Amino acid sequence: MAEKLHFSLVSPEREVFAGDVDQVDAPGSEGDFGVLAGHAPFMTALREGFVTVHDGDRLHRFELQGGFADVSPLGLTILAEQVRDVEI
Amino acid sequence: MASLKEMRNQIASVKATQKITKAMQMVAAAKLRRSQEAAQNARPYATRMASVIANLAAGVNGPGAPRLLVGTGQDRRHLIVVATSDRGLAGGFNSSIVRAARERIASLIAQGKDVKLITVGKKARDQLRRGFDDKIVLSFEAGANPSLATAQEIGGKVLELFEAGEIDVVTLFYSRFKSVVQQIPTAKQLIPAEVAQGAAPIDLRGAIYDYEPDEETILETLLPRNITVQVLSALLENQAGFFAAQMAAMDNATRNAGDMITAYTIKMNRTRQAQITKELIEIISGAEAL
Repeated sequence: MAEKLHFSLVSPEREVFAGDVDQVDAPGSEGDFGVLAGHAPFMTALREGFVTVHDGDRLHRFELQGGFADVSPLGLTILAEQVRDVEI
Repeated sequence: MASLKEMRNQIASVKATQKITKAMQMVAAAKLRRSQEAAQNARPYATRMASVIANLAAGVNGPGAPRLLVGTGQDRRHLIVVATSDRGLAGGFNSSIVRAARERIASLIAQGKDVKLITVGKKARDQLRRGFDDKIVLSFEAGANPSLATAQEIGGKVLELFEAGEIDVVTLFYSRFKSVVQQIPTAKQLIPAEVAQGAAPIDLRGAIYDYEPDEETILETLLPRNITVQVLSALLENQAGFFAAQMAAMDNATRNAGDMITAYTIKMNRTRQAQITKELIEIISGAEAL
């Protein structure tokens, strides 16, 4: 198994998700993107949409009302204002 | 000297008060735990937001920089947001916030600056109405539980005033929750945004940050949110601090009531004994006279 990506999804009220995962797909303001471990650092605004977290065979999905994504060597952080857990 | 019956009534009344303060203390303790948790849960977002802004702010300078970050270039019209709780019975909690705000307001006025006030929480409004009534532009209630919606409402008004060009500097007064026994009245500058200093930049291992769409656009959307987040975290810290202060105040009150009961009981017993002795003397001397 390849290196894992540290992902945390935080809303102003609490940390919604934190953990090491394989891949995260997010709706960037300039287009959807996927982040794997070791991604080059970048920062983008997010539009409304779904964030999908891939961890092995399991999938988590969250609905966002916009926010920010920050990819650094430490991992991916998404700051989102309204987050809703979505059943898959 | 008070009669025995009066003393008994007094003791009963203090006991009733003690029961109430004891109950309030326990309620505050339970609520403190919950609000402390809420304040802690909100912290990751606020700190991440601060570090992202610090990161971005380092790269954005010059005339094109967002005004929320660098200010209007003036320092004349101040907006002071004073956040307290809605309710009292928490020792000096609200008064110390208001006192800090009053000092700032007085010094700003002495410097000839224009001051506007927004109060959050009934206590801030009630206390600041004395003396600064004409300066208060808006009053909010803190509400039972600080929510994002409340913070957005307050943040929105602040931004509205700023966008309308009515204010240059915005400062928020609240009480920082340092520990259960220590709440520190704090002033936090919202506009121009305070950039966290001294935070070690993340080691990028030689890579360069890529921004989408670009740094300034991101900052422009990030900064207004930051104000809401700062307000929310202040409200949450206030809430936790309020319950901690109330718990301490009620603990004191319960203890004082206990001391009073002891003192009254001793006094009552002495009076009772004096009365018995007096009655005995009367009976004995009455018998001797026969």
